[in-house]
Formats: sequence, C-alpha cells, structure tokens
Amino acid sequence: MGKIASFLTATRGKNGRMDWTDWVSYGYLLMGVLVIFGPVLWLLMSSFKDEAEIQRFPPRFLPYTQETIEVEGYDTPLALYDIVAGEFEGRRLAQIRRVGLVAQMVDPNEPDVRLKVDIADREAIESVGLATENYTELFEKFSFLKFFWNSTFITVVATAITLMVNSMAAFGLSKYQFRGRNVMLMIVVGSLMVPQTVVLVPLFIVTKELGMLNSLWGVIIPAAATPTGVFLLRQYMLTIPDEILDAARMDKASEWKIFWRIILPLSVPAIAVLAILSVIWRWNDFLWPLIVLSENENFTLQLALNSFQGEMTTKWSNLLAMTVLTLLPIACVFFFLQKYIATGIASTGGK
Amino acid sequence: MLRIISPLMQIVEIPFAFVQKHFGMRVVWLFLMPNVLLFFTFAFVPIFLNFLYAFTSGDQIMLGDRPYAGAANFESLSRCRDYLDPNTCERDIFWRALFNTTWFVALQVGFMVGFSLLTAIVLNRDIRARGFFRSVFFFPVMLSPVVVALIWKWILLRNGLLNAWLIGLGFEGVNWMLESSWAFAWSVFLSVWAHMGFYTLILLAGLQAIPRDVYEAALMDRASAWRTFRRITLPLLAPTMLVVLVLALIKGVQTFDEVYAFTGGGPGSATTLIIQYIYETGFAGSPRLFGLAAAASIILAVVLVVLTAAQFWANRRNIDG
Amino acid sequence: MAGVGLRGVRKSYGAVEVIKGIDLEIAHGEFCVFVGPSGCGKSTLLRMISGLEPITGGDIVIEGEIVNNIAAADRGLAMVFQSYALYPHMTVRQNLSFGLENVGTAKGDIAAKVDAVSKMLQINELLDRRPKDLSGGQRQRVAIGRAVVREPRVFLFDEPLSNLDAELRVDMRGEIGALHKRLGNTMIYVTHDQVEAMTMADKIAVLRSGELEQFGTPLELFNNPTNTFVAGFIGSPKMNFIKGHVDHADRAMLVLATGEKVALPATGFDQKPGQNVTLGIRPNDLQPAPSASLSMVVRSVEQLGTDSYLYGGLEDGTAITIHSPGQTQVTPGEKIHVGAAAASMHLFDTESGNTLRIS
Repeated sequence: MGKIASFLTATRGKNGRMDWTDWVSYGYLLMGVLVIFGPVLWLLMSSFKDEAEIQRFPPRFLPYTQETIEVEGYDTPLALYDIVAGEFEGRRLAQIRRVGLVAQMVDPNEPDVRLKVDIADREAIESVGLATENYTELFEKFSFLKFFWNSTFITVVATAITLMVNSMAAFGLSKYQFRGRNVMLMIVVGSLMVPQTVVLVPLFIVTKELGMLNSLWGVIIPAAATPTGVFLLRQYMLTIPDEILDAARMDKASEWKIFWRIILPLSVPAIAVLAILSVIWRWNDFLWPLIVLSENENFTLQLALNSFQGEMTTKWSNLLAMTVLTLLPIACVFFFLQKYIATGIASTGGK
Repeated sequence: MLRIISPLMQIVEIPFAFVQKHFGMRVVWLFLMPNVLLFFTFAFVPIFLNFLYAFTSGDQIMLGDRPYAGAANFESLSRCRDYLDPNTCERDIFWRALFNTTWFVALQVGFMVGFSLLTAIVLNRDIRARGFFRSVFFFPVMLSPVVVALIWKWILLRNGLLNAWLIGLGFEGVNWMLESSWAFAWSVFLSVWAHMGFYTLILLAGLQAIPRDVYEAALMDRASAWRTFRRITLPLLAPTMLVVLVLALIKGVQTFDEVYAFTGGGPGSATTLIIQYIYETGFAGSPRLFGLAAAASIILAVVLVVLTAAQFWANRRNIDG
Repeated sequence: MAGVGLRGVRKSYGAVEVIKGIDLEIAHGEFCVFVGPSGCGKSTLLRMISGLEPITGGDIVIEGEIVNNIAAADRGLAMVFQSYALYPHMTVRQNLSFGLENVGTAKGDIAAKVDAVSKMLQINELLDRRPKDLSGGQRQRVAIGRAVVREPRVFLFDEPLSNLDAELRVDMRGEIGALHKRLGNTMIYVTHDQVEAMTMADKIAVLRSGELEQFGTPLELFNNPTNTFVAGFIGSPKMNFIKGHVDHADRAMLVLATGEKVALPATGFDQKPGQNVTLGIRPNDLQPAPSASLSMVVRSVEQLGTDSYLYGGLEDGTAITIHSPGQTQVTPGEKIHVGAAAASMHLFDTESGNTLRIS
C-alpha cells in the first residue's frame, strides 16, 4: 500500500536511483506512446502498400512490392516468382494468370512457352518499396487538390476573420467603460452556452436565407465570432496597463490607431494561441460542413474522406493515402507549435 | 505582410475616425459591432427560431408554409408504451439514441477522466522527457474525427491488424464492426483515445498548481505518502476534477463526428447518438422533418443548459477555492 | 500665455463625489505641485486637466480657453505617467516619434526633434533599445522625452518618481527642475511626497478628500499653514500639536488639560478667552530649557551626530518630537522641560482646525 501511495505522490526520484515506481511510470508512458503512435504509424506504413499487399492477410509491417518484369507479348508487366519445388525448381518465372491452385507462368527468356505451376511451389520475389501511386492517383483520379483547396480556403479565411472580429470585440470589452458593457459580456457568455449542435435546424435555415448554403462562406461566416476567442483575448488585453492607452491618447492616437498600433502588437501571444486553435477547429470541422456543403465540388477534405470511405469503388490504398494527407498539415502544426498549443489549451480550458 | 495590411488598416481607420470625431468614445460600439452582429445572427436568432420550428410541422423550410402543430413534435418524441424498451416508442431511433448517448457518456467520461487522472499523476512525477510524453498524449486531440475513425477502422477491419494478432495468438478473429456491442465498445474506446490528452493537460496543470511547499509541510508533519495523496493531493485537485468532469460531460453529450465517421451509427442503430438522430432527421432523411429535429434539439439543449450551469458553478468554486 | 485655470471643478462617480469644487489659477511658466495623501483626488484632478477623465462640473481653462469638451489629444498637453506607460513593443525612437507621426509631422522633422530631445535627456545612445532593456531611470527619461518631443503647452506629471529608488529620485528631481528652467513651460506635478513638493514647486496645492486645502508658495505653506492639515502635512518631522483652551482671564495664556500653562503670542492671532485651541510648534522650534513651562518624558533619543531627535510625550499623552541641531545629553526616561519662542507658534481653532492668525 505504501509503495502504491508513494507512486501516486512522489514527484521526484530518490537521488537519481530508479525506484520500481519509476519503472512502472515509464512502462505506462511507453505503452501510451505505443497505443497513440502505433496506429498512426500503421496508417502511414499501410498507405504505402499496393492493393495486393493491403489485401494480404496476415498483414506485414513494412510495405513490400512484388517485382515485375516486362515480357514480350504481354501488355502489362508480370509478377516474378522463384520456383522452390517441383518440376521447375530453381527457375525464375513470371505469372500470366492464376487458375485455382495452378498458375500459368512463363519464363521471361522464353516468352512463347507457357508453364503450369502448382502455387505451393513458388515464392514471390518482393522488396521493400513504396507504392507512391496511392498518392499520385489522388491527384489524378480524385479531385484531391480541389478538396485540399476548399479546406485551406476555409481554414485561412475563417481564421483571419475570427482573429479580426474577436480581437476588436475583446478590445472594446476590455478597455472601455460604457453603459451596456455588462450586457454585452452577458451576451458573449450566453453564446458560449449555445453550442452549434443545439441550433442546427435554425442555423441551417438562417444560412440558407442568407444564400450561403452550399458555399464555402456558409461554413466560414456562421462560426466566425467565437465566444472562446473573445474571452481568451479579453483576458489577455485586461493585463495591458490602461496607462499605455492613456499615453497613446495624449500622443494624439485615434482609438483605431490605439487598437491597431498598440493593442494588437501587445496581444500577439494570445492572438497566436487563438490562431492555432482556430486553424485546428476549422481544418477538423465536420458536422457543420456536412450540413452546409452538399455538392461534391465544395467538399472539404474531411467530408471527402468520409464520403469516400462509404463508396464501394474506393480502394483502401487510396483512402489511407488521403487520410495521411489530411492528417499531415495538423501534424506539422503540432510538431512546430506544440508548446504554444499546450499552454493555449490549458489557458482557455477548451472550447 | 505588413506592407499589405498597413494600407488596409488605414482604410479601415476612416469610418472609425469619423465615428470617433462625432460620437467620441461611443466608437467602442463600432469595435463591437461585427462580433455582435455575428452572435446575433448565428446564435440568438437561431435560438428563437428553434422554438418556432419545434412547434410547427411538415417538411417545408419557410416558416410561413409550416402549419402550427402545438406540442405534437414533443408528443411524438415522447410517445412510448414502455419507456425502457425503445421498440415500443413511436420514435424508436430517438429513444435508442437517448439510451446509447447515456451509456456512451457514462462509459466515455468514466474511462476518460480515470485515465487522464492516472496519466496526469504519472506525468507530474519527476519524469525524464516529460514534455515529450505530454505532447504524445496530446497528439490525438489535434487529429480530425474522420481521421481518427479511419485510423481505427483500418486496424479493426475483418482482415485488419488486430484480428491478425488475435489469430496469431490462437484466438478467433472477430467482426468488430458488425457486432453491436463491439462496435459500441470500440466507439467509446476511440473517443477516449482521441480526447483524453486534453483532460490530461488540464489535470496536469491542476496538479502542478499545488504548491510544492504544501508537500514539504506535510513531510515535516510526518504524513505518510498515502495520507498525503488522500488528504492533500486529492482535495486540492478536486476543483479541477470537477471542471474536467463537467466539461467532459458537456462534450460527451454532443459526440457525433468520430462515431458517425467510424460506424455510421450502425450496425443497425447500435451506435446512433442523439446528434446523429437530429442530423439524420433534419438533414439526411427524406422528408426532412425539421420540426422533429428542432424538438429533439430543445431536449438536448435542456440537458446542456443544466450541465453548463454546473460548469459555471464548478468554475466559480475553482476560483474561490 | 499657457496658464491653467480650474473653476469650480467637480467630479463624481455615481453618488460619490471625489472632487468637490476646486478653484485654482496656475500662471504661465509656473511649476505647480499637487500634493496630498493617497485618495485625496490629486491624480484624478490631473487626469481631468489632461482630458482623460471627463469632468462632472465646473470649467477647465487652458490659455484662456475653456477646454471641457476638447478631447485629451487636442488640448496640447503632454503627460508623464507613474508607470511610464512606454509602448513595450516599440524602440525608444519609435516611442518618441509615435506622437509626432500621429499629427502627420514630416519624417525629417521627426528625426531632428527626436535627435535633439534624446541628446538633451542623454538617451541618444538608447534609441534602438526597447523599454524592457532599460533601467528604471532610463525609462523615466524616455517617458519625459516622449512628452518633451511633442512641444506641449503644459506638462503633466503623475507621480513620476515613485517607482525609482531614493538616490535616483533625488537626481531626477533635480533634472526635472532643470528641464523646467530650460523649457519654461507650465508644469503640473502630482506627488504624495511633501519633500518633493517643497523642493520642486513654485506653487503647491495641498489637497484633501477632493478639496483644496491651501494653494501657495512652499514657504507660505510652511510659515502660514491655513489649517492643522496643511500644517501637519508640510514639514518633516511633523508639527507638534498641543490641545488646550485659552485662559478665561488672560488671552495670552494657554491652559492644558493637565493644568500646565503656556504663554501664547499676545498679537497676531485672534484667540478668544475660553476658546478651545490647538497650539502648533514645529519640532525644530521646540527646545529643552530648564525654565520652560511644558514638562515631557523622553521615550527615545536618536543621535545622528549633526542633529538629534527626542521623542516623548506630555503628561496628558500628547506626542512630542523635538529636533535640535548638534548632539544632546538627554537620555530616554528623563523628564525635561521644553518651550518655544512665541514668534514660532501657530494657533488653530480646535473645532474647525483653521488658523487663528490674523492675515
């Protein structure tokens, strides 16, 4: 019992010696790393496998591709096998087609002679290789670029609008005393209490009436004014001394200039946090775009990904490659900015 | 960048300078206007409209075309012969979604808060590379719900990685996605997987806010490690726990994205949650039953208002305490 | 001429009146100090003059023009703030030029003015640094420079030295004084430190609870305080106050509660027989003398070598401080007699606190 207790409370090892509680801690954390990065790594590996390898059961970790060879008289490259038993043992043959347990094969050096081989007698010649066509096909057969552009456009424009609108409001609510200020604050608090999910129907109607249905603007505008953003920025701006504003007023700066030249530059840390949050929210947004965007050409990456996984014609190889590409920008944001994100999340207490 | 924005800001200054010249400090309303306008149009008008739709029926979009229906939508949603058996209800899927959501939230929040607390406690120890581990646990929080769903779906396929392992170990493969209880369990799992990093972060901050000298004082008082945990760590962490719990409940009730992308609500309606019901009733089905969806939204809103009130209460306690 | 006038100026927040009607005329070129304990409204009054704080009643006049409805930016004033309020994200140069840019001064002129001012204040080496890289004294100079560069009609200082350490404060006091001589502008300076007020001011305005207690030159205030508040506030250590009543038979005799009698000046004050009065004597005017009429018990003695201070009390408990030059032989616990010359005495009406001096 005592040992468990010291595990729960100890914040410091004893003179650098590893206690068993330390072993348990590291064990737990390493398992966490495995459970969290394992699946992501598996996705990454799988996205580089060709369709045959994807269908293979049981699966292998690394992506393998079978070697092929151009054989005279055949339009497509044929898969190469080593024959390890039976009549043709020791020879290297290319497969033309497979019928049941027997494969029709051909020796690349004698393209005219067709050989019949028991499939148990052959072994595929494989090497580790990346099936990059999973990715290139996304650009050729699927309108991946279009979806990517839609997602990027929504993310960038919405974040810009959010930052501008929210910081103006936060400035007004943090640096001015005026009649109605508390009412305005209540309104902001109030809208924090109305999540999008409970007003889906009327939100849809309003968006439709404003003619923004099935347009990227219909995704951008309704969620541009985030109460979280106003709060986050207002808390930060409250810490800027009022005397600096007074000094600027004595320096004949207009209120707008005070906002733009003094308050905004001084609020950069908070604005950066909101920008990162906004990018993540917008890039990952799903339900609202699902409702607003019904035409395929307006789909965001998230919508495209979701609709493709339901289509029978979609191959997993492409789907996985697309998943990786959707994940990639956010993963980059994460790796470069994770310090700010952590503090940002901790300071807002979430959306 | 600045070269583009600067002239832009000078143009924007014109209306602001004009208003300031004529109305003085009332220029503040100009700063508030865009935000207020957006809140008004996309939060307050919708709340009001939601009631109008909930009390009208039909599949017309325009309010004018919709006949007044009184409480018919609510009656339809609540008409059951036996409230414990969704099959006897007029809107059986709504009731199933209610049951599913309740179970989902209970399990998800329970496991998530438990694991978050454990992880936070471990991370609060004097761990090497704490920053790295903290980031690792936070990583899934940033992934989009669709990506999370696809990552796990790929592992749980009939021919997927997990079944390969099970068969390798001598068990039989399971058709995870086609068995109701497994699909539900995995939905809970991936939801915990995706969100627990967020709560870990908040709890870790809460733990780190406990001043070190309190522990040192306890040490001087010869308190045992177990008593220190029970009598110091837990009580001092309790306000943060409360915030985390309520926040997790609020978000849990609104779960949709990852589960919808993962199971589509199936098999059958085994993993259909309440938001999915609203979505499908109002937007995906035919005819589009806006009234019914709005009524269901109001029921959800009532739950959320109660939870949000709890959140404010918890936050206030957190500040006072 | 950039004089500043306050005519019945009032300010209230809701029902709470914080400035209760103040009349004041500051002549052009004067260095005027507003002094008073914290909460007396001196900073509020300064902010009302600056235009940052709207006024509730009365008029503020600058250069003969009523400026009540003119915005802070357009009153032609400059202000130095207690916290300096430098723009943290701008370099010193940008801090100095921001105000000039706002009024559309040509680039070349800005550079020239910034250059001249920074040389004058010896901050020309710091122009490319940011405020966080400066010491307290340097920040103070930049804050003053930001005010000077705009060439205002009137300078306003809001407790500008309170964030500096004691030594630096003395230096800066001298520099601000020198600046005033050099520029010749009207300056209004707010402080709670009466030493600062005495050393720097041409005129001092003593404020208490939103009211003007006295306005005059430092020595007027010191020699002829109009009431016990000003008498106690100006001068260090504080004036001794001894309560009693005027003898019914002899109006030049004060009777203390203990029955002891002290001779009062016979002329110069209009005390009435039997009136309750407060006798004020500055610590340096009170001297031990075997024949003197007041007896006190010495509780502690401070020997500074050049000066000595005796702290003690009369028999009725009234605290007494004596400041005498040189060194003293008195030891704690000793009972001594003290007295003062009639000419150095101040006499106040105990009820109102106002001076009984005939002016």
